[in-house]
Amino acid sequence: MTAKIRVFVPRDSAALAVGADEVAQALQAAAGEAIELVRNGSRGLFWLEPLVEVQTPAGRVAYGPVSPEDVPGLLAAGLLQGGEHALRQGVTEQIPYLALQERLTFRRMGVTDPLSLADYEAHEGWAGLRRALAMDSAGIIHELTHSGLRGRGGAAFPAGIKWKTVAHAQAAQKYIVCNADEGDSGTYSDRMTMEGDPYVLIEGMTIAALAVGATQGYLYVRSEYPHAVATLNEALARAKAAGFIGDSVLGSGHAFHLHVRMGAGAYVCGEETALLESLEGRRGIVRAKPPLPALKGLFGQPTVINNVITFASAPIILARGAQFYRDYGVGRSHGTLPFQLAGNIRHGGLVEKAFGLTLRELVYGFGGGTASGRPIKAIQVGGPLGSYVPEDKWDVPLDYEAYAAFGGVVGHGGIVVHDDTANLARLARYAMDFCALESCGKCTPCRIGSTRGVEVIDRITAGGPQQPQQVKLLRDLCDTMLHGSLCAMGGMTPYPVLSALNHYPQDFGLSVPDAPQAEATQVTQAA
Amino acid sequence: MSTPHASDSAATADAVAPKAALQIVQQAVDELAHLPGALLPILHAVQDRLGYVPEAGVPLVAEALNLSRAEVHGVISYYHHFRSSPPGRHVVQVCRAESCQSRGAEALWAHACSRLGCADSDHGATNADASVTLLPVYCLGLCASSPAIAVDDRVHARVSLPRFDQLVAPLQTQEA
Repeated sequence: MTAKIRVFVPRDSAALAVGADEVAQALQAAAGEAIELVRNGSRGLFWLEPLVEVQTPAGRVAYGPVSPEDVPGLLAAGLLQGGEHALRQGVTEQIPYLALQERLTFRRMGVTDPLSLADYEAHEGWAGLRRALAMDSAGIIHELTHSGLRGRGGAAFPAGIKWKTVAHAQAAQKYIVCNADEGDSGTYSDRMTMEGDPYVLIEGMTIAALAVGATQGYLYVRSEYPHAVATLNEALARAKAAGFIGDSVLGSGHAFHLHVRMGAGAYVCGEETALLESLEGRRGIVRAKPPLPALKGLFGQPTVINNVITFASAPIILARGAQFYRDYGVGRSHGTLPFQLAGNIRHGGLVEKAFGLTLRELVYGFGGGTASGRPIKAIQVGGPLGSYVPEDKWDVPLDYEAYAAFGGVVGHGGIVVHDDTANLARLARYAMDFCALESCGKCTPCRIGSTRGVEVIDRITAGGPQQPQQVKLLRDLCDTMLHGSLCAMGGMTPYPVLSALNHYPQDFGLSVPDAPQAEATQVTQAA
Repeated sequence: MSTPHASDSAATADAVAPKAALQIVQQAVDELAHLPGALLPILHAVQDRLGYVPEAGVPLVAEALNLSRAEVHGVISYYHHFRSSPPGRHVVQVCRAESCQSRGAEALWAHACSRLGCADSDHGATNADASVTLLPVYCLGLCASSPAIAVDDRVHARVSLPRFDQLVAPLQTQEA
């Protein structure tokens, strides 16, 4: 009997959402005897999902987007040998979208079976943890600090400094908390990681635990991600059974117990202190800082709280050394960011690249322009609390400082494209409305300001002689929210609002462009 | 906390008698009250099993966690995910966030309201025959394939209006 041919059909939610399970069933039914079906993560080329890959002597060959009805034709065309077909995309790794990326954190994404410990190990898995186990706390933190890694959740705070603060804190119990409350529209890299490469996150959190002396960890995952929760729970069980976490990490004597907790649909719980409140079993209300979570975090104890991608970046930094990672990027933005192309875009997907490329390269070079075929009007970068970036800024290099300089936000790397049918006044109103819906209510500028913001925008778009005063009022209101809010929810809602007003005044019914005004430039601690 | 949120359980919600519902709450309390920060895990367990968190169960949870009833009620009402009354037999979530808006989510939402016979509310609504509860959701993480919806525990992306009709058609039949 000849060896079975390996065929890959992703299990990522975004593949399931366009019929990957049905394609897998059709393949299994038609060619079950000849194939070994692997449910891998997604390569992140979402316009090609469901993307079926076949292992051939020339490498893995991709076909997509495949529907169950395509399966008989594909098999007849020699799918299992990598045969020619209209849906054939060539050798996967040579697809330009993928070949042009610099995948470090996502190097296993779509390549492996997410839950296979053997696959993980065979693709550099646990190498970072093994190296960390041979180092002391200061050594691990030095590597992380020297790598230049900054918090990938949006605030871009140097991860090494946070870890060092927790390491130096004296306490009987310390915690590692992963902020996996990825609530921003246009972002999905956390979800992909949890569903497509969960062990890298577990490894990263375990490295953090060793670095700071923590024995307990929590993954706080939003309730909108049930597949991610299920995958993580299974991965944790397998990692524990194999001794990578638990009472003695790889037999080292260091204990690290990791638990998954589910959020409950509150956007503001992406803010780190609200998340900690939620984990403790309360309403997700933002805490005043100081004290910093690094000193008084979960249950009042020193806590490292980082985003999924921050933790997931630690293993490669430890495995290959800080300098390797640091050499990617520009200025003070070291390493790579998994940019997420979303919204009205032809080739939506995940693009991991070193900092320093431009929005134009991303949305045209990779993204291929809009899905609708119409001109791009505005691009929101950095999530719902990020600015709408007009065309004259599309050639600014994507790095934290260059974006901050013009009032933009790189944030978590989410990029939402809107075509010329978008109305930016409506989107600005939506930003205020969303803030009103999701505000935790603790501070007045956010709680009340957002509701007043909706009203003022309505009065502006209604036109009439009051318009100039109302525009002034909106700017004053945004100024108050920006400087007076306790966290990024109220503090950054002015970013999309003011950028819409400044760059698209015609959408607000302003006949004369409003006088040039400063953008929102305050740096607020984002989640 | 091992069961992911499965709206399928909602299908049996209105069939559970009040007394049996309280037993389910007590069971969740017994299983989970020992956890640090146990309130959310307990509420999730109850809602996964019953489809909602009955108000009559609040004192049981409060007692076990040494909280006031007001504190427990406050948590249930704070989080969008938790509900205090049974939903329809099926739950349809339509994403209304920016990425999906750029691909017609507002039209899809309006269509969903009229197609399912649900009131257009920011807090969601159940239709007259209680076959479907329609909820807005702010991001399902499928933003490269907008617009996205979820029907019970299954997600769907690139959802056109005809595709939406196709997906919800089975929900309103008698057997649904």
